[in-house]
Amino acid sequence: MDLKAFTNSDSAKIILNSIKAISKKECRLMEFCGGHTMAIFKYGLRQLLPPNITLISGPGCPVCVTSTGDLDMAIALSQRSDVIITSFGDLLRIPSNNGTLLQARSSGADVRTVYSTLAALDIAKQNPHKKVVFIGIGFETTAPTIAAAIKQAADSGVNNFTVLCLCKLTPPVTHAILGSGQINLTGIIAPGHVSAIIGSDAWKFIPDKYRLPTVISGFEETDILYCLELLISQVEKNQAKVESAYTRSVPPQGNKVALDLMGELFESTRADWRGIGILPNSGLKICQKYQDFDTVHVLGLEVSQESKEVPGCICGDIIRGLKTPMECNLFLKGSCTPQNAKGPCMVSSEGTCAAYYQYGTY
Amino acid sequence: MTNQKEDRILLAHGSGGGLSEHLINEIIRPYINNPDMGHDDAAVLSLNGQRLAFTADSYVVSPLFFAGGDIGRLAVCGTVNDLSTAGAIPQYLSLSFIIEEGLPITDFKAILQSIKDSAVEANVHIVTGDTKVVGKGAADGIFINTSGIGIVPQGINPTAQNIKAGDQIILSGTVGDHGITIMSLRNELGFGGTLKSDVAPLNHMVEAALKVCPYMSAMRDPTRGGLTAALNEFSQACGLKIIIDEQSVLVNDAVAGACSMLGFDPLYVANEGKMLFVCPPNRVDDVLQSVKSSKYGTQATVIGEITNEKGVSVSVRTHLRALRRLDVIYGELLPRIC
Repeated sequence: MDLKAFTNSDSAKIILNSIKAISKKECRLMEFCGGHTMAIFKYGLRQLLPPNITLISGPGCPVCVTSTGDLDMAIALSQRSDVIITSFGDLLRIPSNNGTLLQARSSGADVRTVYSTLAALDIAKQNPHKKVVFIGIGFETTAPTIAAAIKQAADSGVNNFTVLCLCKLTPPVTHAILGSGQINLTGIIAPGHVSAIIGSDAWKFIPDKYRLPTVISGFEETDILYCLELLISQVEKNQAKVESAYTRSVPPQGNKVALDLMGELFESTRADWRGIGILPNSGLKICQKYQDFDTVHVLGLEVSQESKEVPGCICGDIIRGLKTPMECNLFLKGSCTPQNAKGPCMVSSEGTCAAYYQYGTY
Repeated sequence: MTNQKEDRILLAHGSGGGLSEHLINEIIRPYINNPDMGHDDAAVLSLNGQRLAFTADSYVVSPLFFAGGDIGRLAVCGTVNDLSTAGAIPQYLSLSFIIEEGLPITDFKAILQSIKDSAVEANVHIVTGDTKVVGKGAADGIFINTSGIGIVPQGINPTAQNIKAGDQIILSGTVGDHGITIMSLRNELGFGGTLKSDVAPLNHMVEAALKVCPYMSAMRDPTRGGLTAALNEFSQACGLKIIIDEQSVLVNDAVAGACSMLGFDPLYVANEGKMLFVCPPNRVDDVLQSVKSSKYGTQATVIGEITNEKGVSVSVRTHLRALRRLDVIYGELLPRIC
């Protein structure tokens, strides 16, 4: 597919004009997904929208919501001379109680960046005398790829590969945020990639229970503007339903192959969300049949305790959409920056604070 | 929590972003500093009335061979281009090899052939060098260290401090080609296809541009840290703001596709065959024409201008006329790309 059709096209201008024409009511719209947060800043969309529309960033960056306790487990593992840690790059820079995985690497730990779980499995095959641990963070988008790698490891008899499964589920955290009664919203920009896996029907609870318009968006400029147009149109008509502005990727029932695979390998468990706390049935753990690939089972790890944050850090409120970085003293005073980040929203490339810092507050 | 900057050297200290800046300015400069040590890619020194440009560099790219070039071509071109940014006509290069035990001689010969060809193309002479062999694991195949000397013609003095409000910025072609090519090979991502490093000697392009605009304000090859790092260095050195127009910065389709999949912005990805020219507005057409007629500059465009307006150091204007900041990166985008 030629994505150029969704960027730098005249259609973006047309949609923007349509939004300006139809939007009358106050609108507070939360983008759940960190990818959307970055795209909104990258395209400068906040500057272009009429003043009655406010965009609020939500909890949707898997790196940001990984708890310090879970990170400490990963760092403790990296200290073992028989272990190779494999991880997506962003996680390496996240501060926990015991430093970062990058610092562990500079002190001699074998920590490697990979771009897929299968690459981690390859490292295991190439290093049969080491225990290769993949730090499995992510939402429903990443979970099926982790499941596929575990299955492949089982099928090919690899016995030195395990996953520290920290995967999290998006509908439960959305429930937690909307149900808290702490935040006043008029609509939800639902995540695109996650919805491609779980399907648009998975979000029906938002209009049904919370009476909020919900529109799934892609990540290009035109995708997001079209999503906003659909949302604002629902708001103006007092409607609340799930629509998709990302139909090229999102079927109503989701991706059956991926969902079946997740069902076969994982079961839901409580998860510790950085900034939010422990939520029941909001995480995934590897089921008993595949426990030989579960780092916690194989290496006998203590499951993490709840996160603690640096004093003054308001990432917890930012992740829940209650505050913006402009209300954070650490951000305003310049003492939390990407090169010396205090909280997860500044470190992750999809974090809200990183977006404010990187793209500026125009 | 320990301070990431003070503990140990991280790979990100070599990324060309904010931590590299910290390494140079906060850790190295307090020990090694003198009036001739500037902020440009090459030092310009006066010797008996003759102005010489002097530069040094090291090459540790992995893999050694990639589409569009290899470590040998990179070493010659990188050094030639650094001299060119000072307005110098490159003359002499040194090459030192640190070779890991076990490197196939055929690989070494292929690298040497590439060095020879690139030197001929750039019209520079390799006049001295050294070889060291280290044990298995103490290097990765081969590392190359270079230095270069060039003559700066009378009246030529491009340096970032010369940049003035109203100056126009020309970029000699597409961005991101080198960094994404290396990254795709390193991670076996299989983008392959049309991805190709842009590594090239740019001294002939620069010489031609200086002929039509001898009082060029500044030049820079946007290598590590990409276009963003180079523009931020300009802004920092001259104290003025820069606004570029997103649509005028060209990106090859394969690079744009790979960046979109990997979550990178091509404006932050390294180039090895591109030059930025900052020139007074009345010379912009001539410089653009001259760059476009050179071998490696056919896709050159005017990408933006220098302003004394308020705002952040460097911003980019989107096609919908929204502005966003272009700040230097602080993390490790990808180590060992050059």
